[in-house]
Amino acid sequence: MDDVKISRRLFVSAAVLAGGGFVMGFGASPSEAQSAAARLTDYVAVAPDGTVTIRAKNPEVGQGVKTMLPMIIAEEMDVDWAQVRVETAPVDEKTYGPQFAGGSLTTPMNYETMRRAGAAARAMFLQAGAEALKVPVAELSAVKGTVVHKASGKKLSYGTLATAAAKVPVPDLKTVALKDPKTFTLIGQFKGGVDSPKIVRGAPIFGIDTVVPGMKYAILAKPPVYGAKLKSANLDDIRKLPGVAQVFTLEGKGDFHGIQDCVAIVADQWWYAKSARDQLDIVWDEAIGVPHDTATYAAQAETLLTGSGEPIRDKGDVRTALAAAAKTVEAVYETPFIPHVPLEPQNCTARVTADGIEIWAPTQSPGGGRRLVAQTLGVPEEKVTVHMVRGGGGFGRRLENDYMVEAAAVAQKAGVPVKLLWTREDDIAYDYFRPGNYHRLRAGLDGAGGLSAYQAHGVTFARGGKTAQGAGITPDGFAQITVPNYRLEQSLIETLVPTGYLRAPSSNSLAYVHECFLDEVAHAAGKDPFDFRLHLIETAGKGPAAEGRGPDYDLKRLKVILDTLRTRSGWDRRKPAAGEGFGLATYFSHRGYFAEVAKVRVSPDGTWRVLKVWVVGDVGSQIINPAGAINQVEGSVIDGIGELRQAITFDKGRAVQGNFHEVPLMRMSEAPHIDTHFVLSDNPPTGLGEPALPPVIPAVCNAIFAATGVRVRKLPLTPEALAKKA
Amino acid sequence: MKFTINGKAYDQDVPEDMPLLWALRDTFGLVGTKFGCGIAQCGACTVHVDGTPVRACITPVGAVEGEAVTTIEGIGQTKEGKALQAAWLEVDVMQCGYCQAGQIMTAAALLKETPKPTDADIDVAMDGNLCRCATYTRIRAAIKKAAGVALADTREA
Repeated sequence: MDDVKISRRLFVSAAVLAGGGFVMGFGASPSEAQSAAARLTDYVAVAPDGTVTIRAKNPEVGQGVKTMLPMIIAEEMDVDWAQVRVETAPVDEKTYGPQFAGGSLTTPMNYETMRRAGAAARAMFLQAGAEALKVPVAELSAVKGTVVHKASGKKLSYGTLATAAAKVPVPDLKTVALKDPKTFTLIGQFKGGVDSPKIVRGAPIFGIDTVVPGMKYAILAKPPVYGAKLKSANLDDIRKLPGVAQVFTLEGKGDFHGIQDCVAIVADQWWYAKSARDQLDIVWDEAIGVPHDTATYAAQAETLLTGSGEPIRDKGDVRTALAAAAKTVEAVYETPFIPHVPLEPQNCTARVTADGIEIWAPTQSPGGGRRLVAQTLGVPEEKVTVHMVRGGGGFGRRLENDYMVEAAAVAQKAGVPVKLLWTREDDIAYDYFRPGNYHRLRAGLDGAGGLSAYQAHGVTFARGGKTAQGAGITPDGFAQITVPNYRLEQSLIETLVPTGYLRAPSSNSLAYVHECFLDEVAHAAGKDPFDFRLHLIETAGKGPAAEGRGPDYDLKRLKVILDTLRTRSGWDRRKPAAGEGFGLATYFSHRGYFAEVAKVRVSPDGTWRVLKVWVVGDVGSQIINPAGAINQVEGSVIDGIGELRQAITFDKGRAVQGNFHEVPLMRMSEAPHIDTHFVLSDNPPTGLGEPALPPVIPAVCNAIFAATGVRVRKLPLTPEALAKKA
Repeated sequence: MKFTINGKAYDQDVPEDMPLLWALRDTFGLVGTKFGCGIAQCGACTVHVDGTPVRACITPVGAVEGEAVTTIEGIGQTKEGKALQAAWLEVDVMQCGYCQAGQIMTAAALLKETPKPTDADIDVAMDGNLCRCATYTRIRAAIKKAAGVALADTREA
């Protein structure tokens, strides 16, 4: 999700709203923009009473885009935020362009286009105002939804001008005048989420709250081992249970993203369906799972790490540089599979009629779900309507639409609208997990304590012989650019377990591995970890870009955040008490630069807690909505600390852990103090859903080393691992 | 079976062993109370039964027959609930928002018992409520704002 090209041609068209008013449609071509505007509901509408309706085009799963994207349009339109009503857009990628939530891409893909669209609307209102007031447009300004002629003191509201503005030719988006960011009055202001007033009252706005007339409730019994085949089940007994309406099987077609063999129970209420499933006596042929044990994977990895892997990147001459090094450092690191566990369990409501299929889904990828449903059920895509419903968390899990196609298939077979809901145990058992990985790292130090060679061999997982989804061993950008001799190798272990993208995919494990190892190397060189990194930055030649991790890695931006963090965290004046330690880490992912210092305390029994984390980030020239931005950073930091304790293990292909008592999330009393600071740089604004997460994991581990002398080379981090030496 | 939910009387046949959560959501159509884990680990389903916070996902509906149940849809009628809802918006606590009904219900019970909570009080009261988005910093601040105490986090740093 990190490598999507950020360029999008955008066209706009305008039309008069029914009963008077202004509506502006968007499209990827002029004709699409025209037809969008002609529908009179898209994308920005100004009613005669002055109400501005802005469609939020991307799925909202807690990352704040439903508030942030409309703010950009409202800023350039010069309307008062209090006038703005935000509505979720329909799923229509021809009109709206890509509609997904992933890769921290909403901001970089939309900031410029949303600004230009808003500016075009403002220009049209100004022109309409010039014609109405019979004054040159240059004498007018736009202030909070009003066109103002300063010389005469005359004013006309956007509402009054709306119908006339809709008839003004749309300016060329390429040349339309944008506001000077110094004059922004909305972008940069702390704005609460547009759905929040509904949330605090418990209004029904989440996917799980969907109710459709005549709807039944469904649950599935899916194979505990991915791809296992259904052998037998006591379906007739289940049919007799209270509240049960229908019981039937669905056959898996081998689609990795789609339906597996399963039993569907459709009932009058979900509790009846769930209770009936508890009585299900089901036999699976799950022999395919036998080779898939966590211990077997670890043994395979150990063997693979004794040899070489497939070269991914090779720069300079690592072998010679290591042989010539004054000192070498070597370590083996390991990370486990971990789950997504968004708090709202997977669910979807579907209605299948002769006219088509209607879906209500909390999904991060509505377009992908629509295609999957169309293909699986054998209907044309245009017959499938997907409504985006607020998702109770995503974290990458809802980039998959397995629950969506399941709901559609159950509704089709049942002949009634159905709300499918998984249990938490289902959510964990049937996750597309963040895959684990294993690494052997070698570094060579020259006589001056500089890093002359860096070699990494990563073992990750494959599906059908190819690197599994979300499993790639990508180059560590920092080492690749700063170290003259760099080699990265990858080896693969075939897995049956479905894998996928978890918030900051790849980076969420690779940052831990490389930034902990870099701390080891700095220690071996006898240097302060800040000094060691700054020295590497200063001496770095012009290396290749950090390929596969977005645009070029800009070491100057990294240096600024390191310097700022050093000051803010009081690093050089730190005075850890006994059992306390400070650790540093930094990572570049999703176009964002983050450096973090963690302060931890480890007790003699090995229990540890993070007391404080200092965060400095650079995500470009503008923090669009500080309310959402700081929340994302704080959440990422706490989420990352929580990942240190999590692991999903496999026993003959089955996930062993079942619910939150076995997948610990961070709780209130464990959340540390967090100091968040953004450095504004002269770069386009980029997203914040992910990049603050990766560095916190190694920062905590490096702080634990500082506190105890114990290197954390294997996750999850348990008190037992620290108790011996703390 | 007779219940009072948010001050309104209900009389309806519900199986006694059905958890209160599913009676609220699917029988009475009060879907503000959320399902997160089903085993009282996450607190998303927190409601009040005669003023005491309970996990509706493990509370059989038969056990609360005749009692007064308050849910997120009704908590704004109480002094604490109203103050918390306002503070939640002012602090902009929400990310995804899914857990927040349960957070507000637990916090309302805390403030009723302890109108001026310390950070330690907040830790003890709120530790049973998971927030997967990890908005804990702001939940803490919003509780203090609603209670009218200083917002600074006084825990050791």
